[in-house]
Amino acid sequence: MEAARPDFVADASAKLLVDGVSKWFTPSRTQVHALDNVSLAIEEGEFVCLLGPSGCGKSTLLDIMAGLTMPDSGRVLTDGKLVERPGRERLVMFQESALFPWLDAFGNVMFGLRLRPDLRNAERKEIANHFLKLVGLAKFKHAYVHELSGGMKQRVALARALAPDPQVLLMDEPFAALDALTRDQLYDDIQQIWMESRKTIVFVTHNVREAVCLGDRVVLMSPSPGRIAQIFDIPLSRPRDINSPELAGYASQIAAALKGNMRKAVSE
Amino acid sequence: MKRIAVALFFFAVLITLWELAVRSGRWSVVLLPSPIFVAEYIWAALLDGTLIESTWVTLKRLLIGYIAGVIIGLPLGLLTSTSQVFEDTIGALALGFQTLPSVCWVPLALIWFGQTEGAMLFVVIMGTVWSVIIATDHGARNIPPIYARAARTMGSEGFHKWTRVILPASLPFLVSGMKQGWAFAWRSLMAAEIYVTILTGFGLGHLLHYGRELNAMDQVIGIMIVIVVIGLLVDRLLFSPWERILHRRWGTNVKEA
Repeated sequence: MEAARPDFVADASAKLLVDGVSKWFTPSRTQVHALDNVSLAIEEGEFVCLLGPSGCGKSTLLDIMAGLTMPDSGRVLTDGKLVERPGRERLVMFQESALFPWLDAFGNVMFGLRLRPDLRNAERKEIANHFLKLVGLAKFKHAYVHELSGGMKQRVALARALAPDPQVLLMDEPFAALDALTRDQLYDDIQQIWMESRKTIVFVTHNVREAVCLGDRVVLMSPSPGRIAQIFDIPLSRPRDINSPELAGYASQIAAALKGNMRKAVSE
Repeated sequence: MKRIAVALFFFAVLITLWELAVRSGRWSVVLLPSPIFVAEYIWAALLDGTLIESTWVTLKRLLIGYIAGVIIGLPLGLLTSTSQVFEDTIGALALGFQTLPSVCWVPLALIWFGQTEGAMLFVVIMGTVWSVIIATDHGARNIPPIYARAARTMGSEGFHKWTRVILPASLPFLVSGMKQGWAFAWRSLMAAEIYVTILTGFGLGHLLHYGRELNAMDQVIGIMIVIVVIGLLVDRLLFSPWERILHRRWGTNVKEA
């Protein structure tokens, strides 16, 4: 376990480097300090979970990594290059299904592939079929979005995010709306896919066990203003079972730290 | 099949009641002609070609004006939905003119274009374009922002974003907007045709008008029925298939079997 790193040194070799990022929001009259000087280095092939209560800025941080939101100060680098806009090498899988209802499952997976001019159409189709099969939905390729269950929708969304072969996958509470059984199945699948593809994954969640089950590192964030409170290494072997006792041990340790932070935030 | 039978039965009852009302003798046959006379008028007008010719004249004006209205209105609606400047200018103009009954354009059209086809088209376009702008604007604003965000992360920008994301995402609104535009176009054209005679072609509105001049109630009611039937047919043939496709894809309006 390492403490939050005030002595953070910008490490240009990181896959994804968050360097002193701050962000303010001004909804109505009040100003919200969403992120306060957040720095984090994520190595290639690493699976990092951003964990925290709502309002800690974890989704905002993910948006900034994606290039969908610009930080008010600080910067994000990917492979040493400044992130200024969304890019195909950093694909996002969203909380609620952001699938397009006017396309079927296959069409949704093809959407990102069609934007890759380096592929021929036959290759695109092959890749789309491959990823639909990978997430177990080969039979549902012509189903429209509303015909799929919540779990199946997120599987299509995963296939859509993986198909254009991004180097970084940014996942914003992708399983939050699913039932526990479907979620457990998806934890196995996502670990499997990660172990095979070794993508760099940043996974936002407010579920402690989920974070411990998936992450190499769990980055605990605290709210108002959003900061990194503590970073936990999870050296458990994979694939991990979310119900295993070792995992529960790490989870309770992190949950205690999370509670401590929240109490502190309230008393301030 | 059952639905058709129910509908047929309903209309049979309606016509029977009408015939019974005529036979009761309470109203003069000049004011309330028998449905048989009305049917005879429609049949005769069909045979001598006046009805077909007028329908053709009317539909031609309607289609040209409507298509022009949609072609002008769609991009303007997309513009007003994205740009503050267009919203405050074109958007405000559309909102204002939409409240203006389209028959109010007729005097202006006559002065500008004279008794010509141009005047008719102008009135139809003015009747269509504002409601199409407003419906498109409404549609584009109601797209869940997450679609655009997801598209952006996959590298969809500019023209691609508009044609592959914003446009298809707002299709359900666009179709209802185009349907509304059609209703407005139809109303404005009828008003214009009843109001002015254009020498280059007699539309259904003119036939209706002459029916009144000649005190021929069978003609007046007959043409009204034709106008209603055309409206229904257009809805069934032009808009219903679209709406069915959209409902099937979006999973909306699904009736439990």
